[in-house]
Amino acid sequence: MSAMDSRFSADHQKHTLWARLFKRGRDKGPKGGGSVGGYLKRTWMLYLMLVLPAAFFIIFRYIPMTFMWAAFSDFTIFEPRLFDNAWVGLDNFRHAFTQHDFLPAVRNTLLLNFLDLILGFPMPIILAILLNELKFRKFKRFTQTVLYMPHFISWVVVSGMAVQLLATHFGLINLFLGTNIPFMTNGNHWVFSYVMMGIWKSAGWGTIIYLAAIAGINQELYEAAEVDGANRFQKIIHVTIPCIMPTMVILLILTMGSMMGIEFDRPWVLRNPAVADQADVLSTFIYRRGILNFQYSMTAAVGAFQSGINVILLVTANMIAKKAGERGIW
Amino acid sequence: MVVTEKKFKDNDGHSLGGPRNKKTIMDYVLVLFFIGMVFITFAPMLNILARSLSDATALSLNEVGLLPVGFHLDAYRMIFRDSAYTQSLWFTTYLTATAVIVSMTLTISTAFPLTYDNLKGRKLFSIFMILTMYFSAGLIPFFLLLRDLNLLNTFLVLVIPNALSVFNIIVMRAFFFTIPISLKEAAEVEGANPFQILVKIYLPLSTPVLATLTLFYAVGRWNGFADALMFIDSAHSHLHPIQLLLWRLLQAQTNIEAAAMEGFAGTDWGGLTESLRAATIIIATVPILLLYPWLQRYFISGVTLGAVKE
Repeated sequence: MSAMDSRFSADHQKHTLWARLFKRGRDKGPKGGGSVGGYLKRTWMLYLMLVLPAAFFIIFRYIPMTFMWAAFSDFTIFEPRLFDNAWVGLDNFRHAFTQHDFLPAVRNTLLLNFLDLILGFPMPIILAILLNELKFRKFKRFTQTVLYMPHFISWVVVSGMAVQLLATHFGLINLFLGTNIPFMTNGNHWVFSYVMMGIWKSAGWGTIIYLAAIAGINQELYEAAEVDGANRFQKIIHVTIPCIMPTMVILLILTMGSMMGIEFDRPWVLRNPAVADQADVLSTFIYRRGILNFQYSMTAAVGAFQSGINVILLVTANMIAKKAGERGIW
Repeated sequence: MVVTEKKFKDNDGHSLGGPRNKKTIMDYVLVLFFIGMVFITFAPMLNILARSLSDATALSLNEVGLLPVGFHLDAYRMIFRDSAYTQSLWFTTYLTATAVIVSMTLTISTAFPLTYDNLKGRKLFSIFMILTMYFSAGLIPFFLLLRDLNLLNTFLVLVIPNALSVFNIIVMRAFFFTIPISLKEAAEVEGANPFQILVKIYLPLSTPVLATLTLFYAVGRWNGFADALMFIDSAHSHLHPIQLLLWRLLQAQTNIEAAAMEGFAGTDWGGLTESLRAATIIIATVPILLLYPWLQRYFISGVTLGAVKE
């Protein structure tokens, strides 16, 4: 009897300890009292739901970070077990930086991203503001439907269209203009075409987020502006734009934070032998040299370099935004 | 959802410039501007469609603009007779359906527990998840992991490794937050468990966000090309999605044309091959575009909510 008592009291102590740890759960829980058992009884299903997602993030997002070992060790196809390879410090980074096509890839990545930012970033904002000014409701809806459509078309398909439309002699645009502009085969023209196709594909879709921000603007602000005698243009400048500024800043921070990163599909499918010097960016460099040529260590180092720079850029952009009095992303 | 739509209507109705029936010259200039935009957006697609339906002579004479010349369906007949295309189309459809089911199940089961404010470790899990948006290991470590897991050249490599999108989880959670908490509490009093609350209360009220995210995942998978290119080799062509097949076709065509231009003539690259290429482009695009109008009425409110909340 006394033995049972002591077991009960030990249990009880454990209970209260856990209960203290899970205090908020006890206080806020709608039912089940304050015990751990009660808390788990109410929530075990929620934890069960999170098991597979947690496994997903661990396996496919965090474990690859340990595989970044490849960037710091001399990894060759002759020693297939990655972690058996010895640490070589920053040798792979040095090796990568001396590759003849590495710096051009960095330059191209930055140039294409910069042009996307300068020319592509304002487009959805302008379109959203103008769409908001459209007074014909059915026409507005139709326009939105059409403008969103290119977002659903893959880059492979866009590149197929580009071949038909932008070819030098037989491309529709050149026939229409009566010119022979090498849109896809001259380096500088290609860069321009790359940016324009990006705008064609995503400017319409990009308006969604700004239209949402505009929809959230308090109508009284417009009414007050009208009372003050503001015309349409002045209302855009003094009400609409300041009100969507936080959205613009957040998107700008995210864009700045990925200046060193670049998608793979777009430059890869748009490139052709004539513009190899302009079209090779870091993502395609890593694919070519790493996966196609098995230079895993060197390209893993390039990837690590890229991720590192992006984190620094993101943190810096966020800091500047906060200094400037904006909300930032964290 | 109702609230959002009302907002849009208000905004449509009299957002700016006083009474909505008063239209100035500016309004018509705007309409002209957007007609131009619609044309720029639509013309390339119409041209491809027209080319796929035109006959060889008209194509080689560059007579095809926005409407087909000498209408016929030969190119489509040829494609559907070619087993490589039909096989890949079926495969891509099957793949997309599987990937959407897996992704949606996982997204729901991540987003729902995160709506419980008093769930221990909720904050930690969110941080753990959101960090992966800003820092990634890069392609090579990811590739080496997939290789060690023996996932290369398997069906699953196209489904599992990118099954979850953090952005989509955030959108779904934001939508779940708009469902009144009193519904949840009432069900809890009745003795419903979290799973029942999810299935019987949350999911039926979440059609807009479910439709939106289904569309996002479906588009991502149908248009996905890089993972198939990198993780499936040419010996496993039965696992090649339609986009990869199309890309290989375009590459081959470019090479043939380059050869033809340099004087290695003999190949008839001008006529039917061109409409074949156009038809392939159409076939690779149309299925996903067909999905879009059906789900469109939902996705505006779905996306909007997520965007406003975060």
